[in-house]
Amino acid sequence: MQWLGHYNYWIYIALMMIGFYAVIAKPNLVKKVIGLGLFQTAAFLLYISIGMVEGGTAPIAWEHAILYVNPLPHVLILTAIVVAVSTLAVALALVIAINRAYGTVESDQIDAQDIKPGR
Amino acid sequence: MKENLIVREAARLLIPFILLFGFYVIAHGEISPGGGFQGGVILASAFILYTLVYGSKDSERVLSFRVSDPLASLGVLIYAGVGVATMLLGGLFLDYNELNPAHPPAGQALGISLVELGVGITVSAVMITLFNEITRALRK
Amino acid sequence: MTTYTLDIILLFLLVISAVAAISVRSLLAASMFLAIYSLLMAQIWVHLQAVDVAFTEAAVGAGISTVLLVGTLVYIKADEAPAPLIHWPSLAAVMITGAVLIYGTLDMPPFGDPTAPTNLHVAPYYIAHSLEQTQVPNFVTSVLASYRGYDTLFETAVIFTAGISLILLLRQSSKHRRKKRS
Repeated sequence: MQWLGHYNYWIYIALMMIGFYAVIAKPNLVKKVIGLGLFQTAAFLLYISIGMVEGGTAPIAWEHAILYVNPLPHVLILTAIVVAVSTLAVALALVIAINRAYGTVESDQIDAQDIKPGR
Repeated sequence: MKENLIVREAARLLIPFILLFGFYVIAHGEISPGGGFQGGVILASAFILYTLVYGSKDSERVLSFRVSDPLASLGVLIYAGVGVATMLLGGLFLDYNELNPAHPPAGQALGISLVELGVGITVSAVMITLFNEITRALRK
Repeated sequence: MTTYTLDIILLFLLVISAVAAISVRSLLAASMFLAIYSLLMAQIWVHLQAVDVAFTEAAVGAGISTVLLVGTLVYIKADEAPAPLIHWPSLAAVMITGAVLIYGTLDMPPFGDPTAPTNLHVAPYYIAHSLEQTQVPNFVTSVLASYRGYDTLFETAVIFTAGISLILLLRQSSKHRRKKRS
């Protein structure tokens, strides 16, 4: 993707901003969780693209390889992917618990139920 | 979905191979792309397929939560246990060179294999737990 | 020329699936678009020679995440409530954040540069010495399990903690539920 120059970083930032917009603008809790997933995966893409070396091959020892891609970002992002799915699971468990307690997953309706007098 | 013949027979054929592939990915994580996380998720997906096709009552008999809960902690125990074992053998925590003092690179390979096994066990047990808990209230 | 077309097609499909995932009102369709997004990401990472990461993202992102999301949607019987199309204050905040990030990328080294600072310090040591010190051909596994073993230990603990949190949040014994109802 080097023919794009700096523009490829801008596309990854656009993807991140799409997810970020979903987290802060959508009142539905499941949409927020989906937006968080989009944001996280786009951030991983940014990191992996930083570790790319032109002409490098996958970081597994191979006798015909001249140059290897940097393996460090891969290690960090491997950890981050698994942490992201753990976060998604706990977030979905909280959504289920909120749905059980309030009967809805729209955050404005949840706020309205909380402000009822006498609670 | 138990009544659907095609789904049931296809799952019956596929699940052993998925399990085998999961163990293969864990064991060959050092030579090819793979490792503990990927193999653990594949093992969990075999069990999830079984639950989706045959129902939660059957899958509870196959792997109940009384087995998957201790398995989840067993993996972390194996990993930390390797670290403590290297300490007892005289080195630092998680210094795999001590596992084979005559030939340190072989000790490193042994340590990496054990650690990947621990990670694979924990990841598969936790993914199964996540699926079971989220679908808990759907049980009859 | 073929690598250019692959890049363009993948990035274009990625942006479309991201916008679709947050726009559709049906939550089931949104989960499916998230799965498509994860799978396209995995393909881009294979294209960027990151095979271990692509394997993990395909298994975890397109597999487990989708299953968990669809499992949650069975409880939530309603789709997303109708809402105005664009929420302007959030859009302004997002645009400002994006502009700041883009300003930050202007300093970055060219894409794929072998002499970039990230490729100069520890990574060449790992690539040069991993095979003789650990006898493991996969550099990512040797760095993950041996050179950076502490990180992986606590990452496994994080996964374990997620399992425990789900058990605490969602597993209620039937005795407890009967007591609550009485």
